[in-house]
Amino acid sequence: MLKIDGISKTFNPGTNNSKTALNKLSLHVTKGDFITIIGSNGAGKSTLFNAICGGFYVDEGRIVLDNKDITYDKDYRRSKSIGHLFQDPMRGSAPGMTIEENLALAAGHGGWLSTISKADRDAFREKLAQLEMGLENRMKQPVGLLSGGQRQALTLLMSTFHPPKLLLLDEHTAALDPATAEKVLAMTKRIISENNLTCLMVTHNMQSALELGNRTVMMDSGRIIFDTSGESRSRLTVADLLRLFHEKTGEDLDNDRMLLS
Amino acid sequence: MFISWGVMQSAIELGLVYSLVALALFLSYSMLNVCDLSTDGCYTLGCAVGSVVAIAGHPALALLAAVGSGICSGFVTAFLQTKLKIESLLAGIVVNTGLYTINILIMGKSTLSLNDCETVFTRAKALLSGTVLAPYYKLIVALAFVVLVLVLQLLFLRTRLGLSIRATGNNAAMVKSSSINPHLMITIGLCCSNAITALGGCLIGEYNKTCDINMGTGMVTIALASLIIGETIFGKKTIPWRAFGVIVGAVLYRIVVAIALRLNMPATALKLVSAVIVAIAISYPTVMEMVEFQSKRFAARGRNLYRILQVTFGLLAVIFLVLAVINVWSRSFLILLAVLAAICLVWMLAAERNQKKVKAC
Ligand SMILES: Nc1ncnc2c1ncn2[C@@H]1O[C@H](COP(=O)(O)OP(=O)(O)OP(=O)(O)O)[C@@H](O)[C@H]1O
Ligand SMILES: [Mg+2]
Repeated sequence: MLKIDGISKTFNPGTNNSKTALNKLSLHVTKGDFITIIGSNGAGKSTLFNAICGGFYVDEGRIVLDNKDITYDKDYRRSKSIGHLFQDPMRGSAPGMTIEENLALAAGHGGWLSTISKADRDAFREKLAQLEMGLENRMKQPVGLLSGGQRQALTLLMSTFHPPKLLLLDEHTAALDPATAEKVLAMTKRIISENNLTCLMVTHNMQSALELGNRTVMMDSGRIIFDTSGESRSRLTVADLLRLFHEKTGEDLDNDRMLLS
Repeated sequence: MFISWGVMQSAIELGLVYSLVALALFLSYSMLNVCDLSTDGCYTLGCAVGSVVAIAGHPALALLAAVGSGICSGFVTAFLQTKLKIESLLAGIVVNTGLYTINILIMGKSTLSLNDCETVFTRAKALLSGTVLAPYYKLIVALAFVVLVLVLQLLFLRTRLGLSIRATGNNAAMVKSSSINPHLMITIGLCCSNAITALGGCLIGEYNKTCDINMGTGMVTIALASLIIGETIFGKKTIPWRAFGVIVGAVLYRIVVAIALRLNMPATALKLVSAVIVAIAISYPTVMEMVEFQSKRFAARGRNLYRILQVTFGLLAVIFLVLAVINVWSRSFLILLAVLAAICLVWMLAAERNQKKVKAC
């Protein structure tokens, strides 16, 4: 499904600020996998996601999605098959445009000269109603008026409007208050299981890293230091994770947003 | 009467034609969020190409040729910006500079006269002669073009392409994640906006029956001023409403110009006025924030900043007026300064009232 083979990325090479954010990293993802990723600040988690969706080109290595080499594909072309959500709820939608206009862009129905039809609107309304946030009655309002949680939910809806082959979630609930985060996370789980999506999710919540999905990956200094799934994973506790991290790196897992429970 | 209907009518006609350029900026500046500084050159380009074709005997074809030239110019600006990664402001300036030479090459000399050739205006005049509409032939032509462009633009902005262009100006990252190429959107947007700019230039040439190499100087500021006047008066509501406001803004601007000319203010002073309008309008939110913050600091020391500013501007207005009356220096310039001071005075009065209202809430 997704095959990442030995990718590296060094930012600002040859300067004092040179920083190797990805170091010969490899990861093979099978279809239907839901992988949670944990690691310290600066481990390279967001950089890995950026590499996958084409925010930059990697210095070496290959990225293959569904047997197609996408290493040198443009970012906007990759986004057809890859959905990407960020921590910042403002990033995924256009604040000056209405909810239905945003959805229309995500839906991308019809030709360039087509306009939003009644059928489109009905489809949008139905999808919005599933969020249970009352957004279906505010379709003509600019997105800038929505709360962070509502915007993130809308972004989730937009990036899964056409179920992508791969969904990348980069701490997409970290900026929300606990109750809203809970709600958005539940929505995420539902959408993933309904569409049987393949998903990578960075989380700072150690407990949900173990509870969600079927596989957990630990990153440090641009590499994967630990990868667990199946039986051995189900026996792990948060304490085990922290101990493992210490064993592998000689340091404590240190993330400013980390939640232990 | 202070201003005759004839003067008023030509102000409206000119305002309508100029509003095309403002509508072009509405597309590039307000929608696409690109400040296109090639506007000056592109406007002259449209006029140059249009005039040459009109002189050759094809006034209607001239409009099409102008539109085509505008598209080319917009394409070059967009190419520099997107593919060669030249910053958008610089790309506009570079194209603008290059266009000067191109315009001279097209025109062959620095001014062209369209006095002896047919234009869309003379055609309309011939068509309407003898009817009740005869005196309004210029107004009708100008209005027809503005309505045409406005309707096309509004329809365009509602399509998926139009939405994508708006989104590119609003949040480019989101456009990419919708599998749309933002570079393509910038290119299409700039081609369209420059086409409208060039059409405006061509129509002005046919309207004034002359084309001058320097006619575009400052056009971008004037058009921005119209745009901002319109958006200030009409507010940022729906897109059709805003676009309509832009046209009204352009017409109002020309009416102000007509009044200023009637007061014997030198036409050259107007560029300063539009520059001031643009600078104030764009910096308005920041300035207001600053004034509010400072007024709090002053209040803490028991002083009222608004009162101080009001007195200062009031005094300035009086001083400039007195100076103008005793005629020490360029009278019109002093009157202009007095008017500006008076506007600032009114502004501060309004700001203070606003502040009180906010506090009361
Ligand atoms: N565009 C860039 N230019 C230079 N350095 C960068 C860039 N992007 C990331 N880095 C560096 O690469 C390293 C990895 O960053 P990344 O954002 O991937 O960390 P992360 O694992 O997502 O951390 P966090 O948990 O804080 O989100 C950091 O040291 C960061 O400073
Ligand atoms: Mg990160």
